[in-house]
Amino acid sequence: MDHHLLSIITFMPSFAALILAVFLRGDDEAAARNAKWLALITTTVTFLISLFILFDFDPSNTGFQFVDEATWIMGLKYRMGVDGISILFVMLTTFMMPLVIAASWNVTTRVKEYMIAFLLLETLMLGVFMALDMVLFYLFFEAGLIPMFLIIGIWGGANRIYASFKFFLYTFLGSVLMLVAMVAMYADAGTTCIGGCEVSLLTHTFASETFSIAGITVVGGMQTMLFLAFFASFAVKMPMWPVHTWLPDAHVQAPTAGSVVLAAILLKMGGYGFLRFSLPMFPVGSDVLAPLVLWMSAIAIVYTSLVALVQEDMKKLIAYSSVAHMGFVTMGIFAFNQQGLDGAIFQMVSHGFISAALFLCVGVIYDRMHTREIDAYGGLVNRMPAYALVFMFFTMANVGLPGTSGFVGEFLTLMGIFQVNTWVAAVATTGVIFSAAYALWLYRRVVMGDLIKESLRTITDMTTRERWIFAPLIVMTLLLGVYPALVLDIIGPSVSALVASYDTALEAASAAVQMASE
Amino acid sequence: MISADLNVILPEIVLSLFAILALLGAVYTSKDKTGTVLVWATAAVMILLAIWIGMTGTGETRIAFNGLFIEDGFARFAKVTILLSAAAVLIMSNDYMRARGLLRFEYPVLIALSVVGMMMMVSAGDLMSLYMGLELQSLALYVVASLRRDSIKSTEAGLKYFVLGALSSGMLLYGTSLVYGYAGTTQFAGVMSVAQSGHTSLGLLFGIVFLMAGLAFKVSAVPFHMWTPDVYEGAPTPVTAFFATAPKVAAMALFARVLHDAFGNAVADWSQIVAVLSVLSMFLGAIAAIGQTNIKRLMAYSSIAHMGYALIGLAAGTQLGVKAMLVYMAIYVTMNIGTFAFILSMEKDGQPVTDISALNMYSKRAPGKALAMLVLLFSLAGVPPMLGFFAKFGVWQAGVDAGLIWLVAASAVASAIGAYYYLRIVFLMYFGEEGDDRLDGGKNGLLTGFLIASAVIMVVGIANMFGVEEAAIRAAATLVN
Repeated sequence: MDHHLLSIITFMPSFAALILAVFLRGDDEAAARNAKWLALITTTVTFLISLFILFDFDPSNTGFQFVDEATWIMGLKYRMGVDGISILFVMLTTFMMPLVIAASWNVTTRVKEYMIAFLLLETLMLGVFMALDMVLFYLFFEAGLIPMFLIIGIWGGANRIYASFKFFLYTFLGSVLMLVAMVAMYADAGTTCIGGCEVSLLTHTFASETFSIAGITVVGGMQTMLFLAFFASFAVKMPMWPVHTWLPDAHVQAPTAGSVVLAAILLKMGGYGFLRFSLPMFPVGSDVLAPLVLWMSAIAIVYTSLVALVQEDMKKLIAYSSVAHMGFVTMGIFAFNQQGLDGAIFQMVSHGFISAALFLCVGVIYDRMHTREIDAYGGLVNRMPAYALVFMFFTMANVGLPGTSGFVGEFLTLMGIFQVNTWVAAVATTGVIFSAAYALWLYRRVVMGDLIKESLRTITDMTTRERWIFAPLIVMTLLLGVYPALVLDIIGPSVSALVASYDTALEAASAAVQMASE
Repeated sequence: MISADLNVILPEIVLSLFAILALLGAVYTSKDKTGTVLVWATAAVMILLAIWIGMTGTGETRIAFNGLFIEDGFARFAKVTILLSAAAVLIMSNDYMRARGLLRFEYPVLIALSVVGMMMMVSAGDLMSLYMGLELQSLALYVVASLRRDSIKSTEAGLKYFVLGALSSGMLLYGTSLVYGYAGTTQFAGVMSVAQSGHTSLGLLFGIVFLMAGLAFKVSAVPFHMWTPDVYEGAPTPVTAFFATAPKVAAMALFARVLHDAFGNAVADWSQIVAVLSVLSMFLGAIAAIGQTNIKRLMAYSSIAHMGYALIGLAAGTQLGVKAMLVYMAIYVTMNIGTFAFILSMEKDGQPVTDISALNMYSKRAPGKALAMLVLLFSLAGVPPMLGFFAKFGVWQAGVDAGLIWLVAASAVASAIGAYYYLRIVFLMYFGEEGDDRLDGGKNGLLTGFLIASAVIMVVGIANMFGVEEAAIRAAATLVN
């Protein structure tokens, strides 16, 4: 039955990792080559199978599809499934992983372990997007920390230990609060099933009566508390200002492939969490705290864009730009309308391609010069024309040039938020201008001008392998830029169902409040 | 009827007879040279007994000696866990003890006797048999703690353990006498009918409190934990490994036995006390471990914290809680056996090392063992998807079910704090700086086997827990009804 397809693509990478761990012996070059090829083939096959799922997927059905279910320990259920929102993230993950593996071809230290870590990471990331049981979700969500912690800590740069610890502790502290909230939800709803069961969290209404505790009035009651607990975890993962500071450190210290995974997929878990848990399960709580989130996003967009302007390290600059772009995502999500949510999801997918490509661009010259200092470069266009072209393309996409996917996402989120909160929209729009400033300035300093640095005289242009890595990313960025319906058609029905259920829940809650006051 | 009674306690009789015969045999032969043989023989007897108890369990409850001794599903589960973990520790300690001239023939004999005590404890149906089992266990352990007679730390550990243990026994006895005085009987079944929730007389309440203080000492729950770090550090490492496993299971099972069999109708009276013990243990264990540099001391605080989590299951006061506690203990013991197998293999120039900093960049020297240890440490910290997380999840489930949400929330926070010190070891093993204080590779295949097996169980076990959960459900059902 095709019903096991989701489990197959989820666990195929870890199966390959197991084969690597058990059967691959030796530290020589042949072993390293075998490890790389096995990882590449596995991730590619995973991608191909996930394409089948995409073609079989019925966008008009807003429920969960391809559900795979089994009983499990502790009275839990193993349940996997995708809906219009999660399938995109699944596709994004399976699409990026072969590129990530290909981008790691130059790794020389502990190649076997490196590939095992990435393969396990793919399993865990896919699991997060497919899990239909809260505990299963938490399991994948948390376990993803371990391989990433090791990837940064073992294969990272000079300051990797600090970065890996900061990464782990920030995200772990956030998720502990989420776990506490999950326990409370289980106590309240009596189930851990997210959706599609007889009793499920998505259809359960959590209490939203305002109450007072220790002199503090909690508007929205339990929903607000639960929302805040989940917010602690997702905001860190996202990351949102002011808890974003782990990201630049992690990005700078991680190896190129680690940065790519982090930017393209791991950051999306926060946004996915908002869409899967916060919005549908705690509509009242989301409504109460939406202004806070919106202003945090607006500040994030402007502030981190300004911070990005003064960076001297290329990866750090792109990392800050990621935080700014994620600001658009949270802003779009908390606009609670079709455009905003469509835009947020689109922005996440598009950012997955663009920021990944930018980190790869940095990786290309880092592999040659072993520095990420912007000042160490200049005039690369003279020796590396192909590189200059690719880099320019993604710089423009990052800025949000019409015709690229970056434009669609930013435009839709801004349109969504404009209907809700004009001031936030106005502030966020200035961020677009700043992003043009830092991105173009970066490009000018690295690529344009005369090649005067002595060390750059012998730099070579991109190899065939590198060109092939960029090719799919360029295609996707352009394709989504000129034909966004590819994504919007898939997410549309699920998003409008989400918006509708959100509106109904809010109306029901306010009706209940009126009933109580009469 | 005496033969029927004897039939019920046959496993205990077999083990006692074996211990006595081994003692006699060793005394009349070449003494210490028989150490290795005895260790293996004892372990084999224990494993056989575990299989016997596990296989012959027909599910019915058998009562012997007019209620002094209860053989039920709960006791069987605890006994199998105790026997298997004791056997594992014995096998692991063989090489270590022999290399350091500690392998006297008394060692396996004393362990066997203490195991008899533990089996008695978990089957106790009367305050008298409870005390008998507890003392048999403790007296044997006091001696084992100070096995290294020429070491100040080891003798100190034994003495400390003895003095504090005697104090706790005193408290327990005082509680026992109060319970007897106010209930008019020492049998659990009799106490049960007197101790009703809300109608418990003040004297009986005091009796419960003192009883629980004594038991909390045995499971090393805060504030009765003071002996643990010193004893763990001072005792020879195999003995520490033993302390961390079988006696903890026995004490926890006894705790459950007393609370549910004797005071099962007064859950409301003791649930809060257990909850407080639990929350204190979790936080002290998590915070105090942060500053430790000795891995044995660290494991002491870790075990204090773990007892705190297991106590959540007891605080719930339900069948689900007992089940969660049993599963927790089974997983905890498995993790600890693996971890101590690793600690036992830490040596440099033939000398044991317990300093954490010696693990610097261990992953370069022994990648396989470092990886297994990594899995165990994450499992101890309760990071998913290792089995350790499910152990915690089980007690949380029980806690929520019983309405102890505050306790569950507190324990989630404590586990986040606790993750830090486990992570620190991972950090040293994987990202530390290369130093001169290299450990030897550790060529002991047996220890590596235990380590790897334990780590594999932590990962593979999440599929179905090897049926332990079903067994625990059955066991809990016989205790709480």
